[in-house]
Amino acid sequence: MKILVPVKRVMDYNVQPRVKADGSGVDLANVKMSMNPFDEIAVEEAIRLKEAGVASEVIVVSIGVKQAQDALRTALAMGADRAILVNAGDDVHQDIEPLAVARILAKVVEAEAPELVITGKQAIDNDMNATGQMLAARLGWGQAMFASKLEIADGVAKVTREVDGGLQSIEVKLPAIVSADLRLNEPRYASLPNIMKAKKKPLVETSAADYGVDVSPRLEIVSVREPQGRQAGIKLGSVNELVGQLKEAGVL
Amino acid sequence: MAVLLVAEISKGALNRDATAKAMRAVRDLGPVTLLCAGATPEAAAEAARIDGAARVLLAEGTQYAHQMAEPLAALIAVLAGEFEHVAAPATSVAKNALPRVAGLLDVMVIPDVLKVVDAETFERPIYAGNAIQTVRSRDAVKLMTIRTTGFDAAGEGEAAPIETVADLADPGLAAWLTDAVTESDRLELTSASRVVSGGRGMASKENFALVEGLADSLSAAVGASRAAVDAGYAPNDWQVGQTGKVVAPDLYVAVGISGAIQHLAGMKDSKVIVAINKDEEAPIFQVADYGLVGDLFELVPELTGALR
Ligand SMILES: Cc1cc2nc3c(=O)[nH]c(=O)nc-3n(C[C@H](O)[C@H](O)[C@H](O)COP(=O)(O)OP(=O)(O)OC[C@H]3O[C@@H](n4cnc5c(N)ncnc54)[C@H](O)[C@@H]3O)c2cc1C
Ligand SMILES: Nc1ncnc2c1ncn2[C@@H]1O[C@H](COP(=O)(O)O)[C@@H](O)[C@H]1O
Repeated sequence: MKILVPVKRVMDYNVQPRVKADGSGVDLANVKMSMNPFDEIAVEEAIRLKEAGVASEVIVVSIGVKQAQDALRTALAMGADRAILVNAGDDVHQDIEPLAVARILAKVVEAEAPELVITGKQAIDNDMNATGQMLAARLGWGQAMFASKLEIADGVAKVTREVDGGLQSIEVKLPAIVSADLRLNEPRYASLPNIMKAKKKPLVETSAADYGVDVSPRLEIVSVREPQGRQAGIKLGSVNELVGQLKEAGVL
Repeated sequence: MAVLLVAEISKGALNRDATAKAMRAVRDLGPVTLLCAGATPEAAAEAARIDGAARVLLAEGTQYAHQMAEPLAALIAVLAGEFEHVAAPATSVAKNALPRVAGLLDVMVIPDVLKVVDAETFERPIYAGNAIQTVRSRDAVKLMTIRTTGFDAAGEGEAAPIETVADLADPGLAAWLTDAVTESDRLELTSASRVVSGGRGMASKENFALVEGLADSLSAAVGASRAAVDAGYAPNDWQVGQTGKVVAPDLYVAVGISGAIQHLAGMKDSKVIVAINKDEEAPIFQVADYGLVGDLFELVPELTGALR
């Protein structure tokens, strides 16, 4: 069984995002970029399935600018077997929407015929939480999103999902799409020897045009602004002072 | 310019708070049809009285009973043709199903709408709420989830007519097995007017009882940071933040929480924020209106006592 894992290159989660002065977006110039944290979890899960003998091959794919190959190399260093970079533009500030990503991924799935696609729950830049569900729809596959546990047996994925009310357990027929939530696993660090080895693993480049997918956005970004800021308040010396202040503020 | 609003249904019952807040967000866009899938007739009748409902569609098929994405999305996609807008409160059910509808209809989804600017323009948070994006949709159907924290619930109105919709065949791709629901008589996190959350500073599951005790004395719901959930101090559905629940109560008390941006994403729109932390440099103090610097194991019992 092949597993396909889509990974996105995003601003590192430790960086404090800044809105560009012209209001066109968040500034990505000279900012540390990394693999989306949820995608690291997805890659880790796929590798574990391979180590357990359930999967035969782990393929990672990224859609975006050329620099996205850094994220792919990281995934290869973690243990993925090969990578596909789909070039879809040169402007790092031009995000490719989930719908376009899903349409390209559907073509990659047609070509590679994986039985399982594990995406991240959401990309922490656009916070869309949409690509995996859209891909499932386009392929007509079942979906098990926000997974915190995944077991594969007899052509079925048994998945525990994180939902508003707690945890839900479902079964979905393969082929299927699963999305990784934070508690699915703890991703490994790539060791130095593995980072060296990853440089020799195959990484093929294609382009959005090869798949005949138009990546122009459906949502026009009119403007991007900072949220309403909050001022730091006051530090109080005692519990009694706090209770007094809360009464004054009318919340007690 | 008609609107289809997907009501939030859980075990057949209506989540009135989430649905009525989403109603408030969309009802100025046009007459609103409420879809109650997997609901009981009583739940549909309750939905029909939400002010702004012009009509209710009830889908009673068993395939909708657990709000599974495949049958639910198929139903919404079939109904969507008549509507300019399709919306739902941004719950885990909608986040699961609505992007699937978008995939079926070949349109984008607009998640976590904070503000409806006009019929095609919407505000939404990106980068864990560190930026607010205004987007204009070019799609024929505007498909969106509503972040309910910014909207008051619509009140009671005259009962709208209820129609039953024909069930579609279950695509049979997935099956529901069980729900492990956190059993507690606590207030619901996203609708409570006060929330007390604990973080890694609580240091154990047993100590988390201090957070619960403080919450009891305030009649508050209980939340947690991701670190507290990961460490097993609190159940997953208590997590507040970028990937947990988003809350905006009148009072939010953060105990032993450092204030990472991913946590702030879920609570910084609260009206009054109180932080209790022994590290006076903790970032949580940058958003807190009132801070107590010190050991939570002394301060929390003292505060709980003072409030009794
Ligand atoms: C992709 C992604 C998504 C994430 N999503 C979320 C999310 O939705 N929600 C979320 O919360 N986090 C989320 N996180 C994690 C986030 O980055 C932080 O790691 C997390 O919020 C830290 O939790 P904490 O504040 O409880 O723990 P810590 O950062 O360890 O802070 C503990 C605090 O307790 C204080 N403390 C310790 N002992 C005491 C004492 N005795 N008395 C008083 N104070 C004490 C310490 O001074 C410290 O400030 C996410 C991270 C990633 C990468
Ligand atoms: N440009 C991209 N390239 C590869 N994978 C992506 C891309 N965008 C999104 N994904 C995948 O889809 C998941 C959800 O992203 P999103 O829907 O944008 O929040 C991510 O965690 C990735 O697994």
